[in-house]
Amino acid sequence: MADDLLRLGLHDLHVSLGGKMVPFAGYEMPVQYATGVMKEHLHTRAAAGLFDVSHMGQVILRPKVSYQETALAFESLMPVDVLGVAQGRQRYGIFTNETGGILDDLMFANRGDHIFVVVNAACKGADIAHMTAHLSGVCDVVPVTDRGLLALQGPQAEAALARLVPQVAAMRFMDVAILPWGGVDLWISRSGYTGEDGFEISVPDAQAGALARALLDQPEVLPIGLGARDSLRLEAGLCLYGHDIDTTTSPVEAGLVWAIQKARKSGGARVGGFPGAARILDELASGPQRIRVGLRPEGRAPMREGTQVFALDGTPVGEVTSGGFGPSVEAPVAMGYVAANYAEIGTKLEGEVRGKRLALTVSAMPFHPTTYKR
Amino acid sequence: MKYTKDHEWLRVEGDVVVVGITEHAATALGDVVFVELPEVETVIAEGDEVVVIESVKAASDILAPVDGEIVAVNGKLVDNPGLVNEDPLGSAWFFKVKVDDLSVLDEFMDEDEYNDLIG
Repeated sequence: MADDLLRLGLHDLHVSLGGKMVPFAGYEMPVQYATGVMKEHLHTRAAAGLFDVSHMGQVILRPKVSYQETALAFESLMPVDVLGVAQGRQRYGIFTNETGGILDDLMFANRGDHIFVVVNAACKGADIAHMTAHLSGVCDVVPVTDRGLLALQGPQAEAALARLVPQVAAMRFMDVAILPWGGVDLWISRSGYTGEDGFEISVPDAQAGALARALLDQPEVLPIGLGARDSLRLEAGLCLYGHDIDTTTSPVEAGLVWAIQKARKSGGARVGGFPGAARILDELASGPQRIRVGLRPEGRAPMREGTQVFALDGTPVGEVTSGGFGPSVEAPVAMGYVAANYAEIGTKLEGEVRGKRLALTVSAMPFHPTTYKR
Repeated sequence: MKYTKDHEWLRVEGDVVVVGITEHAATALGDVVFVELPEVETVIAEGDEVVVIESVKAASDILAPVDGEIVAVNGKLVDNPGLVNEDPLGSAWFFKVKVDDLSVLDEFMDEDEYNDLIG
């Protein structure tokens, strides 16, 4: 491996579990374990999977004066209702740029006297600089550099984690809580990136190995690598930053309108006031030129990122941004952008694979039903 | 059994060479989810891309190891691509190619040489 790759705190554990380490977002990460991508995916959907996502960025926004002032300042960076998030709740957020594109997507939580933010690994340096530049008048932007992040996902995640931390059973989807385990505080959210019920657990580095082993000791739990993480989120219809969303795609094009609450839209209490508001509000009113849709190839051939998409008359209409085989769907699945007049569910299109035009259909997402505990 | 540097195995059946991929290759590919086979009677030249394999990770090709004519393909792989992982050296053969002269196989590695290659 190249010398400039960072190692996870649990690197040796991954290797001992048969993890095949590959470069990802500047880190050496396990792409799969001895189990293999397909079985890891199916195991997560059937039982519970443990993912090390410690490469992601954890940041605290600590108000200098008031929580409300910090929440309102945070709203200046995204088209999201931050103020309306109740204490102990988490919400999905999107940093936008001046042209209405997406700088990163993130999760943030109201933890009473501060906001806890989790951002993508590849963007975390830029995100921290962005928040520091725009928010440091009202809050301290504090990167959390001494904690790992584990995700436990799947229908048996609650049963497995509740043996260690019984209070998690009372949490609902997108709740956050600080709960004790092994003499330290775990920062737990009931959320994830697989479409399954589950938890994300921030743990002090010194205890991360012990917590990972304690979870792996539960009969439901297997370690799961990045390969299955990608196929799970694809089946769940969730965006991967840098692929399905980037600085050129607006949240409206990306189908993330659900993430823009009423308060920030036209007619809302705090309309606009975020980067790229002109484009985003205009697209909300008039519709975008292109839109992210689910795509189901009709044959067995996967259509991967970069596959060009055509109307049946040969007109180029878009491109696949994520695609592969869906182990739970038992068929290839993809998502991508198509011109708005080809985006209706059920529209027949074609994708070009190795010079051949193969049938595909615009389809609803998620491809596999989600099982969040609401 | 003979082996190519591209991790194919070659087995002689009469005047026909049966082609598959090694266990090493199947493991490296990961779970195979799609196989596209050539048509019978296709005339192939060494180095031609004759089979497409897609795993959960990526697409890859099987290159023709020799010149010849495809005389049979293993249609079972189209319906059950996972057979490539389950039984790469046996029932998951890909195609059979009729060659003019079986001595072309002499240039390929035997098992010991192949095992040295994959170390």
